[in-house]
Amino acid sequence: MSLWPWILAACVLAYATKLAGYFVPRSLLKNPRTMHIAGTMTIGLLASLTVVNAFASGQSLAFDARIGALAAAAVALWLRAPFLVVVIVGAGAAAGLRLLGWG
Amino acid sequence: MLNLAMVRSPQLGSRPGLWLHEGMPPKLLESPAVKVGLSLSIATGLYGISFGALSAASGFDFWQTMALSLLLFSGGSQFAFIGVVAGGGSGVAAMTASALLGLRNGIYGMQMNALLLPQGKLKYLQAQLSIDETTATASGQSDPDEQRRGFWTAGIGIYVLWNLFTAVGALAGNALGDPKQWGLDGAAVAAFLALLWPRLKGREPWAIAVVCAVATLLAVPFVPPGVPILVAAAVAGVFGWLSHARSDEGLEPDIDPYPHRRGTTEEGAE
Repeated sequence: MSLWPWILAACVLAYATKLAGYFVPRSLLKNPRTMHIAGTMTIGLLASLTVVNAFASGQSLAFDARIGALAAAAVALWLRAPFLVVVIVGAGAAAGLRLLGWG
Repeated sequence: MLNLAMVRSPQLGSRPGLWLHEGMPPKLLESPAVKVGLSLSIATGLYGISFGALSAASGFDFWQTMALSLLLFSGGSQFAFIGVVAGGGSGVAAMTASALLGLRNGIYGMQMNALLLPQGKLKYLQAQLSIDETTATASGQSDPDEQRRGFWTAGIGIYVLWNLFTAVGALAGNALGDPKQWGLDGAAVAAFLALLWPRLKGREPWAIAVVCAVATLLAVPFVPPGVPILVAAAVAGVFGWLSHARSDEGLEPDIDPYPHRRGTTEEGAE
């Protein structure tokens, strides 16, 4: 069976989700507690996305070259490297470790 | 209380009640938000190659791949969709994983609506661009004009480059070989860490990040891909609810860093 219907349904759901955020009353966001929670959720989501991309492989945890990317990126950030440099360092670390035959 | 990026700092001169553009700064490239937006556009855009290539390798044809980048336009959800299919999952499972992973964009939509105050039909366009990178760029700035510049620079830049490089990846597909060989999965890890990093100021953000990272790792083996991220979001929400309640009870130090501005609000002084 063609994947097209599911692709288009996923696209509609994605846009509807994004747009739904714009119809939540702004007054809700004036509430300091809502703003505080929006801030903590952003940190939580970014932390989660980082570890999912570093350690998850489907439904299992994997320890491979991506850990090298995570460590190298952390060092680059600690040295105050700009965003693009951090990303390149991450890619380079993962590619380099694989070249050496790990992960 | 936490000095989150959402809170406007008075010394940067935010002006209450003035939401219209005041024109561009003398030199657009001198705007920090534009610089961040452009670097993010290039980094994220290039990553589109790996999406295009992976999608082709997972059996999606050129236009299916392009539909995901043009219409769905949310990297995590796009990777989730093709990942489920590549792993032998059904179309409905792919759609579900993609939709769950995209739920955070609804939160970003709320934040961007509150921060950028789009008027009229602009919100329908802004909604499509409400993703990780644009939200991070905008909310990392304190001045409303800078927030808008950051959002639109990152949004338009990423949209154009992400789709361009998706096409390159889809066409180059097999010629490129395994995207992992180029470390493109490592680039994603580094990008998300770089987005998180500037927010880790103080003990509470670190605690939230660590708790959410651990919750994510614990959830991975037990729930479908994409769901661990929502588990972490829920944990962060509860954390925020409780820690805000705590600060309501007066545990925060009562210090005014701007004594000469006494009487003005956080929204900025006239």
